Amino acid sequence: MAVFSSLAEKLQDTFRKLKNKGKLTESDVSEAMREIRVALLEADVSYKVAKQFINSVKERAVGQEVMESLTPGQHVVKIVHEELTKLMGASQSKIAVSPKPPTIIMLVGLQGSGKTTSGAKLANYFKKQGRRPLLVAGDIYRPAAIKQIQVLGDQLGLPVYSMGDQVSPVEIARRAVEHAQENSNDLVIIDTAGRLHINEELMKELKDIRHTVTPHEILLVVDAMTGQDAVNVAEAFNKELEISGVILTKLDGDTRGGAALSVKSVTGCPIKFVGMGEKLDALEPFYPDRMASRILGMGDVLTLIEKAQTTYDEKKAKEMEEKLRKAEFTLEDFLDQLQQMKKMGSLEDLLGMIPGLSNNKQLKGVQVDEKELTNIEAIIQSMTPRERQHPEIINGSRKQRIATGSGTKVQDVNKLLKQFIQTKKMMKQFGDSALMKKAKKGKKGMFKLPFFGQ
Amino acid sequence: MGLFDKLTKLKEGLTKTRQGFVEKVSTILTVHKKIDEELFEELEETLIQADVGVNTSLKLVEKLREEVKARKLKDASELQDVMKAEISAILSKGNTDLNIERGKQNVIMVVGVNGAGKTTTIGKLAHRFKKRRYSVLLAAGDTFRAAAIDQLVVWGERVGVDVIRHQEGSDPGAVAFDACKAATTRNEDILIIDTAGRLHNKANLMEELRKVGRIVRREMADANIEILLVLDATTGQNAISQARIFGEVVDVTGISLAKLDGTAKGGVIIGICDELNIPVKLIGIGEGIEDLKDFIPEEFVNALFEQEE
Repeated sequence: MAVFSSLAEKLQDTFRKLKNKGKLTESDVSEAMREIRVALLEADVSYKVAKQFINSVKERAVGQEVMESLTPGQHVVKIVHEELTKLMGASQSKIAVSPKPPTIIMLVGLQGSGKTTSGAKLANYFKKQGRRPLLVAGDIYRPAAIKQIQVLGDQLGLPVYSMGDQVSPVEIARRAVEHAQENSNDLVIIDTAGRLHINEELMKELKDIRHTVTPHEILLVVDAMTGQDAVNVAEAFNKELEISGVILTKLDGDTRGGAALSVKSVTGCPIKFVGMGEKLDALEPFYPDRMASRILGMGDVLTLIEKAQTTYDEKKAKEMEEKLRKAEFTLEDFLDQLQQMKKMGSLEDLLGMIPGLSNNKQLKGVQVDEKELTNIEAIIQSMTPRERQHPEIINGSRKQRIATGSGTKVQDVNKLLKQFIQTKKMMKQFGDSALMKKAKKGKKGMFKLPFFGQ
Repeated sequence: MGLFDKLTKLKEGLTKTRQGFVEKVSTILTVHKKIDEELFEELEETLIQADVGVNTSLKLVEKLREEVKARKLKDASELQDVMKAEISAILSKGNTDLNIERGKQNVIMVVGVNGAGKTTTIGKLAHRFKKRRYSVLLAAGDTFRAAAIDQLVVWGERVGVDVIRHQEGSDPGAVAFDACKAATTRNEDILIIDTAGRLHNKANLMEELRKVGRIVRREMADANIEILLVLDATTGQNAISQARIFGEVVDVTGISLAKLDGTAKGGVIIGICDELNIPVKLIGIGEGIEDLKDFIPEEFVNALFEQEE
């Protein structure tokens, strides 16, 4: 859907007309907030939660200085993103482990949210940490649910406790905990049947299980694709059972996952894990900032900005500027630039983070040749310091040596040298002119890399 | 079950949606009395909260505005009927009957994301066809999820129909092929094929589904083919993305909306009908084996707008 990745672009349009303003007025911000509200609603964030959120963000955004390096649109998105991240809480994938084993975890949720699979993933996660989990087949209602958990247990090489489908889940849970104590399982994961939050009878059953075995964690399993009803579901389960955390499943789909925000803000419970695939190791910790980007439906522009800010340190940038001005730019400096770039991640990742580029059709399928960069790096590294400072001394036999040393061909070395000389010439021409002024203005920004696009 | 009971059941199943949506609408209309901007905004809010979706909600409210202008409506209470009519119009697009004919071979292939309720829907469908004296054969095409085959087999036993199955992990295309052959030789009226749940953005899995679909269409060239997409009614706006992509891959001919009884947000059905050209054909309004109903727009809207006496 076109609307999806274009929030940043929309805001850009909204703000284009106020380009020269240093401050955002209240009405500017209100206009932006309308767009953001629609974005949140389209991401299935609950209406009430979205409304509250917008109100709290609005205050922060009004009157803020617009940073020079950012356009106002991006600035507002940045504020929204920060607040959203804050609201979703810190990354918290820890499970409260009881000092007196076994630790008991109970999984609850609607039908089809992914409880059984999540239970198996959780067991696998703890098995890898050296624990001895016991899976408990507490879903006696759905056909073959017991068989499902048994198959999963087999795949993981973990024990599954079952008493068939004729014994009440409360009794099964009680006996399972005893069984765990006898067999030194230090973790008990109780699967339960999916149920509607409005089904009183089945909710009572869950409460009975809770009273009987007092679990250390009650995790609500929520489908990331859930719509506006997520609030009611979370509220109902939390009211009846006092859940301690949430597992958000099926996040490997293309949903924007606004349910995450709704659930978090209604229950106050942390989202502890997210399900990212069908394999049994596809359970990951929850990252609020990633989730925020996803809900807002934008490329990871903030990560990009932050990455550029933190990795490209200012001192080096100043030195570089000086060198460029005096046209003393050497191959060594170039290598430096290259390595700075690499710190920011793979080129393809970087391209993906640039809004408008991430879904640019022309760029789709374009493979950035990382290998070429590696080659350039290797060639420069195969030079002596003197050669890097004074490339003009590189003659035929030196070229041969450099090529052999870097595992490339003499032609590659020639190509690099030629490009370097051209760039240097170009810089000389510019001298103190346009390029330098531009470079000065964007203090923290990146320099244009001379060898790109050739 | 008589017609009266049927309607009662439908009303019961839609209780949540009615309370969460329609009653809210009537409250707004009673409280406001006058038709003004504030009223429209509140209606828009209610629609969005019912998962109708931003686009469709805006469109609906825009329609209301037009009607108010055109018919010079003044009293807010008159809006209820206008709204009912508009929703009715959206829901009544396309043929909502299942593509099943007596005396002909029929295939229903059931697709959807994980946990939507495919297998349960199949169980209930098999039961209903069996009761109507069709001969039914099931195919356990979900060879991926642990015990999915067993789940279908349990349904088969419950309903009293045979299940064609292979081992877990085998090729779902082969299961479909065998099932088609078996259905033809045994001259079964209706073959229902289960498939593994898959998220629609998984290209490989969608290709696999495309292949199964191709096999079914090739092997059953003369049969009526219904490709039924099962959507979870609690799903939000992602339902539209699901319908679109599944539609592209296997040419979905109808939607079955499961778990509609559990959500106060049955509005997603309106968004789906509005944004896509795939008719909703079935709705699941309860956990009982009888609780899968034909979707009849008129009946649905009436049940939805029916006030508590």
